Amino acid sequence: MALVTMREALNQALREEMLRDKDVFLMGEEVGEYQGAYKVTKGLLEELGPQRVIDTPITELGFAGLGVGAAMAGLRPIVEFMTFNFSILATDQIINSAAKMLYMSGGQFKIPIVFRGPGGSAYQVSSQHSQALESWFAYFPGLKVVMPSTPGDAKGLLKSAIRDDDPVIFIEQERMYGQKGEVSDDPEFTIPLGVADIKREGTDATIVARSLMVPIALKAAEILQEQGVSCEVIDPRTIRPLDIGMIIESVKKTNRVVVAEESHPFCGVAAEISSEINERAFDYLDAPVKRVSGADVPMPYAKNLEDLAIPNVDRIVAAVREVAYL
Amino acid sequence: MAKSNYEMRKRTPESSRVGADDTSATGVMDEESSEAPASQAAQQSQAVKEAQKSRLADIDRETLISIYHQMLLVRRFEEKAAEIYSAGKIGGFCHLYIGQEAVAIGSIFAIRKDDYVLTSYREHAHAIAKGMSPESVMAELYGKATGCSKGKGGSMHMFDKEVNFLGGHAIVGGQIPLATGVAFASKYKGTDQVTLCYFGEAAVNQGAFHESLNMAQLWRLPCIYICENNQYGMGTSLARAMSSHDISQKAYAYDIASEFVDGMDVLAVREATLRAVERARKEYLPTLLEVRTYRFMGHSMSDPGNYRTRAEIERHQERDPIKLFSASLKEAGVLSDSEFQKIEAEVKEQVEKSVRFAEESPFPDPKELYADIYASPIDAGRS
Repeated sequence: MALVTMREALNQALREEMLRDKDVFLMGEEVGEYQGAYKVTKGLLEELGPQRVIDTPITELGFAGLGVGAAMAGLRPIVEFMTFNFSILATDQIINSAAKMLYMSGGQFKIPIVFRGPGGSAYQVSSQHSQALESWFAYFPGLKVVMPSTPGDAKGLLKSAIRDDDPVIFIEQERMYGQKGEVSDDPEFTIPLGVADIKREGTDATIVARSLMVPIALKAAEILQEQGVSCEVIDPRTIRPLDIGMIIESVKKTNRVVVAEESHPFCGVAAEISSEINERAFDYLDAPVKRVSGADVPMPYAKNLEDLAIPNVDRIVAAVREVAYL
Repeated sequence: MAKSNYEMRKRTPESSRVGADDTSATGVMDEESSEAPASQAAQQSQAVKEAQKSRLADIDRETLISIYHQMLLVRRFEEKAAEIYSAGKIGGFCHLYIGQEAVAIGSIFAIRKDDYVLTSYREHAHAIAKGMSPESVMAELYGKATGCSKGKGGSMHMFDKEVNFLGGHAIVGGQIPLATGVAFASKYKGTDQVTLCYFGEAAVNQGAFHESLNMAQLWRLPCIYICENNQYGMGTSLARAMSSHDISQKAYAYDIASEFVDGMDVLAVREATLRAVERARKEYLPTLLEVRTYRFMGHSMSDPGNYRTRAEIERHQERDPIKLFSASLKEAGVLSDSEFQKIEAEVKEQVEKSVRFAEESPFPDPKELYADIYASPIDAGRS
């Protein structure tokens, strides 16, 4: 184990998997000579060469589709979006090609591809560069959606995503690349997709949080502990398929739930989790499921407005107190 | 810019420019020229026959007969599909290929079995030409479990991994980046397989076309882009949709070699594809072929066709690619009348057999609804 940043953990995962399997290649804007817009791909071009680390033109639809085609022909592409904001241009290929190919070909063409890059809120870049898109992708059967919240999870999950035979949307939080954590250096270390993780055990209320909301929920839990409320923090890690079983187990224990997310509330992942809890564990609830979501507005630029748009520790604390009737 | 591409353009034989400057054959026409005399079409038919005659000599008899057989097979197959669709046994959309046979057949006869083909939703002919059985294609149209995509894809999504037929894609232009990626994989793995990518002229207006051609030339990918210019994107003519009508010229923007090909001449299509295949196989270089053709049927089975005149369709039918080719074969003495009849009978039986197969096949098991969504399904806490 070593203490490394999220950025370094992701870099290790990419490097190890590319060394392990020559069919894995990496492409995207500035991934090679520039060393990655966020330096996640640092050193890979030098070590693995230009055949496997490919700088693309700014042509998201084109290279996303090229990646899917390469996967149809047996390769295992990793396609980096400089940010997931730009994946919007590529959604035809992600949704209409990658997600549906196996099904509409009657099981003949699997698409082992990873679309990865930073997403979620960034620092003061306004509406087009700061948004959470996971609910879009999680909507579609055929895609898997992964959002790590720690360097260790990031490494283990990315390695699994690269080894997985299905298209995986792997969203790294743009604000979290510098966050440090313990990371295994065993090249065979992986974390299975579809398995949630209890980030903190507790007995009085459950906070379901993903990505950037995990460290914020953990801070809220510390404050609530001081106030006499023991919180369990569950990180689904994989949004699709969702480990609803672990969430339900926790709800049965605590009887109170807050779901925290950066994304807009309408048709969001928290809405889905809330609905699942209502269907599966309604009789265990002592209060309605409470969502803490990003504001239902395009992200503003001004610092004070941006702060209002993203859930914070105080809002989560208030939400837990609400479901605990405190 | 690499000189070689300009040299390639120069090598384009003049004979293959038949129809290139003919506005009546382009759909780029005003009312006056749309009423152009039928004699013009007759002259072109004559020119095609002359060109075919010189090409016939270079091809062995067996191949010529196979080409004719395939063209007739897909024609009769589509006619039967139309009939069955009208009877309500085929659902959804059904885009027929009648009139365009020379394009798929001519080009697929220029590649190897292990080469790849990707195309749009008008793909029954390409699928059969690439080696898929008419049975599996017809059963797919019926939505049966024995269909090439197990009844999950239908008319627009046919696939067969065994023969490297990679679909069947129904978003206009969506297959172009995919094919570029398949060609990328061939180069990455160091094989000499080439990829044929077909699309209609309307797809040329999509960003996917331009993004793909740029990458293909930039990275030297062995992909042959075959624009089947049938002159209408659904009901919108080329003239109403494209600022510059010369599609083969669009290759200039990406420094890609290109050729204009008469899509009613099956041997011209084969010959142009052979040249492109050689460049792709030996030099990893892409090519754009603009193949001028015409669809005799509507865009789909539900198309009332009120955007063009009967006279225009009939003028193009004068240059029916199957009629032109059979005339050339007959004139060259490759096939006798009785041999033509024999092939017609064989094809009829093949099509009827495919219908019997489809009729007798079962619908997919209801369990199939939830199969093939993931290659590695994860049962995440849902027990």
